[in-house]
Amino acid sequence: MSFVYEKLMGGKKGLTGFIILATLILVILPVFLDSFRLNLVGKYLTYAFAAVSLVLLWGYGGILSLGQGIFFGLGGYGMAMFLKLEASSPENTAIQSTPGIPDFMDWNQITELPWFWEPFSSFTFTIIAILVVPAAFAYLIGAAMFKRRVGGVYFAIITQVIAVILTVLIVGQQGLTGGINGITDLRTLNGWDITSDSAKYIFYFVNCALLLSVIVASRFILTSKFGRILLAVQDKEDRVRFSGYDVANFKIFVFCFAAMISAIGGAMFTLQVGFMSPSFVGIVPSIEMVIFAAVGGRMSLIGAVYGTLLINFGKTVFSESFPELWLFLIGGLFIAVVMLFPNGLAGLWDDYGHHITNKFRFISKGFRKIMPQAVLKKLKDAN
Amino acid sequence: MDAYTSSELVSIFAMQGFAGISLFSVLLLMALGLAIIFGQMGVINMAHGEFMAVGAYTTYFIATLTETHFPAFMPYYFVFAIMVAFVVAAILGYFAEYALIRHLYKRPLDTLLATWGLSLIMQQSFRSLFGAREVSPTLPEWLLGSYQPTETIHIPINGMFVLGLTAFVTLAVYYLMYRSTWGLSVRATTQNRLMSGAVGINTKKIDRYTFALGCGIAGIAGAAFTTIASTGPTTGTLYIVDTFMVVVFGGAASLFGTIASAFSIAQAQSILEFFISGSMAKVYTLLALVLILMFKPEGLFASKIRR
Repeated sequence: MSFVYEKLMGGKKGLTGFIILATLILVILPVFLDSFRLNLVGKYLTYAFAAVSLVLLWGYGGILSLGQGIFFGLGGYGMAMFLKLEASSPENTAIQSTPGIPDFMDWNQITELPWFWEPFSSFTFTIIAILVVPAAFAYLIGAAMFKRRVGGVYFAIITQVIAVILTVLIVGQQGLTGGINGITDLRTLNGWDITSDSAKYIFYFVNCALLLSVIVASRFILTSKFGRILLAVQDKEDRVRFSGYDVANFKIFVFCFAAMISAIGGAMFTLQVGFMSPSFVGIVPSIEMVIFAAVGGRMSLIGAVYGTLLINFGKTVFSESFPELWLFLIGGLFIAVVMLFPNGLAGLWDDYGHHITNKFRFISKGFRKIMPQAVLKKLKDAN
Repeated sequence: MDAYTSSELVSIFAMQGFAGISLFSVLLLMALGLAIIFGQMGVINMAHGEFMAVGAYTTYFIATLTETHFPAFMPYYFVFAIMVAFVVAAILGYFAEYALIRHLYKRPLDTLLATWGLSLIMQQSFRSLFGAREVSPTLPEWLLGSYQPTETIHIPINGMFVLGLTAFVTLAVYYLMYRSTWGLSVRATTQNRLMSGAVGINTKKIDRYTFALGCGIAGIAGAAFTTIASTGPTTGTLYIVDTFMVVVFGGAASLFGTIASAFSIAQAQSILEFFISGSMAKVYTLLALVLILMFKPEGLFASKIRR
């Protein structure tokens, strides 16, 4: 029991936060929002995977990756390739000059399915690929960088460049990847219509369940010895190294794990939104993911989810009504979060939250005074 | 490759080489500013591209003003515009340092986020002030046209002009940073802030002027940029990653390294562009850079220091 309580939930504070978040996304939002808005929340929550991964990576590991969009994109494209192959069965694509290949390939005069598309016709392979390919890619980058003790600023810039390379590659190779429009027109998953309302509800709850499990898994990593070493590395890397730990391996592991989490988010994004495009891969989305984590609180797994929801709601509301203001606002937010409250919403809650909870306690105390003693006694006896 | 005769190949290399020189000039001007800000001060200035756009828009503004009010001044305005671009960008940089950067010297990763926010605000300001469409100033007559040494080779004059400008700015930066007392105090401050303060250097003032200088050079890059392409609100973003790669690849604190890496990146990209598509040229160039940096993280010409 204490294992679950301390290690998975992070003690009393972590548990309350977790329960509140779970109630919010599993009960309150589905009850009060219509299916369109709920689908929107589901989309935002897929970004939260990347934000949570950045809490691990940046908040605890001190490694700022400006390339989480890479892994989000890899996961999303993996799922999109599977769905696209299903959508372009020979019967559906009979009007093309080469039936049985995705429509954008046909438009680009490609007559044969490229080799790396072939295995994505299997669902099992796709699921494995979504988890393994980003992790393997992260391992390659991480091993090359961290073993040579490249970190900090340089790591941020290199990951950013890799994000640029991937975007340019996807946009440039239109025949193989769908180009700037991405992979669109995804309708069924193993014959099941993913655009129906019932499917959207199911995906929303699957998404929430996955997100909550990712938070629990991350919490476990952070409360274990591994998490302590990670934090120690951030504070005094040399001292950890002198104590006999191979710092690079710790960093590589957390980078791979973060990549895998982001990829799950990407795959869920494709399922809920019904397409994947390079605009979720490049520099801008990657930096936005960092700001989600920063606003939520870079040291708070649960805060990252709130940060993501808040910014995306703000973006939707503002870009609908005052598109001019939105960039000023988000730009100002970047600056404010760095200069004024570096620990984000979670930090604000830690600093000022007790005022609110004290108020509640004050009210309940007052309530107890007003209540007749006899009623209180009865309540006590009933318990 | 067989399809081209050898004389055609020479022409292609010469012309793409000169096209590359325009790119090289802009990249180098951008990188010189960033090498000062990032290489010397350690500030990751993501808004550097927007300071370039400030220079470009200033040039556009002055060009339009001259065209409508003082047409006689047209042939000469460009030189004047370069200076104004420098001053405007430097003043903005000065205020950015005062309001923002000076609080963040101890948190380099946070400067990245804050300056990204600054860049978003600047982009939206450009959009509100000058519109979302790309603009380009009317260039003076003498910058147009091309010089033609042989039948097949055309060398655009604006490219030559920008190259000359770049050479001048590079020399000026070299003199300022490595031969003047002021440059000495800049380098002293970045190497050891406490000691520099102890020997009587006003380190805060040095920081502010150094940052302003870097931004001002980006402004010059913007003025030069208007001669080869049109400027839009997001122009800066297109160049910022390339510029960072130039600085990192060259070795952060080395002027010679910055020049060499700007040259090799621009030439590789421009010559490859002729044979394969532009996007693949960019992919291969950046990929090669990333791979080289993985084996040689300190860049081409790093100063040997203990970290």
